[in-house]
Amino acid sequence: MTTSPPTISVQHLTRRFGDFIAVDHVSFEVQPGEVVGYLGPNGSGKTTTIRMLCGLLRPSSGTVSVLGIDVIRDPEGIKPHIGYMSQKFALYDDLTVHENLAFYAGVYDVPRKLEAQRLAEVLRMAGLEGRTRTPASELSGGWRQRLALGCALVHHPPLLFLDEPTSGVDPVARREFWDLIYELAAGGTTIFVTTHYMDEAEHCGRVGFMQRGKLLAYDTPRALKEQYLHGAAWNLAAEPLLEAVEALDTLPGIAQSRLEGDRAHVIVTPGAWTPESLTAALTGQGMTVTAVEPVEPTLEDVFTLLARR
Amino acid sequence: MNPEVLLETEALVKTFGSVRAVDGLNLQVRAGEMVGLVGPDGAGKTTTMRLLCGVLTLTSGRIRVAGYELPRQVEKAREHIGYLAQRFSLYGDLTVAENLDFFGAIFDVPPAERKARAQELLRFAGLTDFANRPAAALSGGMQKKLGLATALVHRPQVMLLDEPTGAVDPVARQEFWHLLIGLLRTGSAVVVSTPYMDEAMRFNRVIFMNRGRALVEGKPRELLNRLAGQVLELAAEPLMVARRVALADSDVDNVQAFGDRLHLRVRSAEGPLARLPAELSAASVRLIHFQPVTPTLEDVFIQLLEENHDDLPAHD
Repeated sequence: MTTSPPTISVQHLTRRFGDFIAVDHVSFEVQPGEVVGYLGPNGSGKTTTIRMLCGLLRPSSGTVSVLGIDVIRDPEGIKPHIGYMSQKFALYDDLTVHENLAFYAGVYDVPRKLEAQRLAEVLRMAGLEGRTRTPASELSGGWRQRLALGCALVHHPPLLFLDEPTSGVDPVARREFWDLIYELAAGGTTIFVTTHYMDEAEHCGRVGFMQRGKLLAYDTPRALKEQYLHGAAWNLAAEPLLEAVEALDTLPGIAQSRLEGDRAHVIVTPGAWTPESLTAALTGQGMTVTAVEPVEPTLEDVFTLLARR
Repeated sequence: MNPEVLLETEALVKTFGSVRAVDGLNLQVRAGEMVGLVGPDGAGKTTTMRLLCGVLTLTSGRIRVAGYELPRQVEKAREHIGYLAQRFSLYGDLTVAENLDFFGAIFDVPPAERKARAQELLRFAGLTDFANRPAAALSGGMQKKLGLATALVHRPQVMLLDEPTGAVDPVARQEFWHLLIGLLRTGSAVVVSTPYMDEAMRFNRVIFMNRGRALVEGKPRELLNRLAGQVLELAAEPLMVARRVALADSDVDNVQAFGDRLHLRVRSAEGPLARLPAELSAASVRLIHFQPVTPTLEDVFIQLLEENHDDLPAHD
């Protein structure tokens, strides 16, 4: 295996706003070609972290190296090499799809003679070829998001930052967006994406959980589940459901209990329960259990466990 | 006997110019029932919510809420409606308790009852310890809970919640759902719109909306049965090559990547299960596992949209 230098390397990154520590001694690395998901509630420090990585905000302390560039020393030097897109990405509503892309090609100093080719590539990648003359104001949410992604890619950056790119976008558009992300990653682009959709985190090769400025965990989905979830995950069909969730939460040998769809979802400490004994315990409290199904544990289990600590 | 129907629409239509935002929607929600509206951007979910609470006036059709006809009896109907809009307003400089008192006054809760009702709602929402905190200083999750509490001050029988759990972390979403399920026990009829497909499993009934119409309506488990045996999970390396091979199979309708694996939606499982291992091997893909998995509501929804090909948002 060849080892190339990390695309992002962050050591003890810290940002204070007055007394408030928005980002608190965060350290992690991102390898070339990875899709990294950065999760956490609103206000946990995700966006502040991205802004420091992009050279838009100066850290209070710590080091940031992106694509081999010391971002603190040379915040301007990094900008031509990265793409950035957020839900609030500025599109010009009175400009057409093509004009928006051409505008960003200008912003990112795409050489004139390459511009037509780059725009054609981005239009094809984003599936926007049939819409080049449509004003941005007439695009639906999913198409605006694709255009915003296209604008962030006109200069072929090797590293792409996506800040909650799919919030407010419907399930079909979300799936199509992730297809695009995978195509980009397969083509070698490194992707750093923040999200609060837990199912999107499952898409990522590596996942970080932020809470109150701290990076609580950072690893592959599989390793996170192995490290934090000791035991099997079961879904119980139980009535009344909420009472069952609450009763399960108070039982010994249940690491956690929560609602998942129309089921009570539990992580069971190894050896503590069998489906039969757990059913009996709930039945004894006046509840009806009609099924206990083993299921795969999810990142939401990991996150809930970490967040409740 | 079935519980009382608290909310009902018949052939509900709302047009904006030439756009039929809601196009013939029939809806019935009974006491103690939670119905979910799920659909892409522009499906008409928010317009429906606004029609149901009387903020918008229908173009044609009927709406009855708690026995009152809209728009004719909108004032009477509103006494029984609690509405949490996507962007609801709280007064950031007022405390949690002051917000509840303010909304109590707006909804004509008699002054003598207001304090007791506020205490009750603070307990319900788990906000008792934050009663004196300015609303602006609450976390996003707590603001949602306070928003829900303010929509409940007048004890509405019908609750309309437009994407109530957007932009909130999973723990706060869980807590919010505990509150909603608690609401059902009081016999409310609840309509919720959500973009989260995993949440849609929690509804008594789901209505998939697209272009103002109900594409399908049913109990979540029954909807899942539509795709039983038609979703396969494939783990392989390199994954993107595997994706291309899978997409080329004539029985494979849709391929979605999930981290280190793919989900294939297939017309029938036998063909792909028999064919793909050899085809993957020929493309130098290492197969790790390949097996049927339980479909999700998102799979069902996307399949429905593709079946109604003209309705697919991508083909606008």
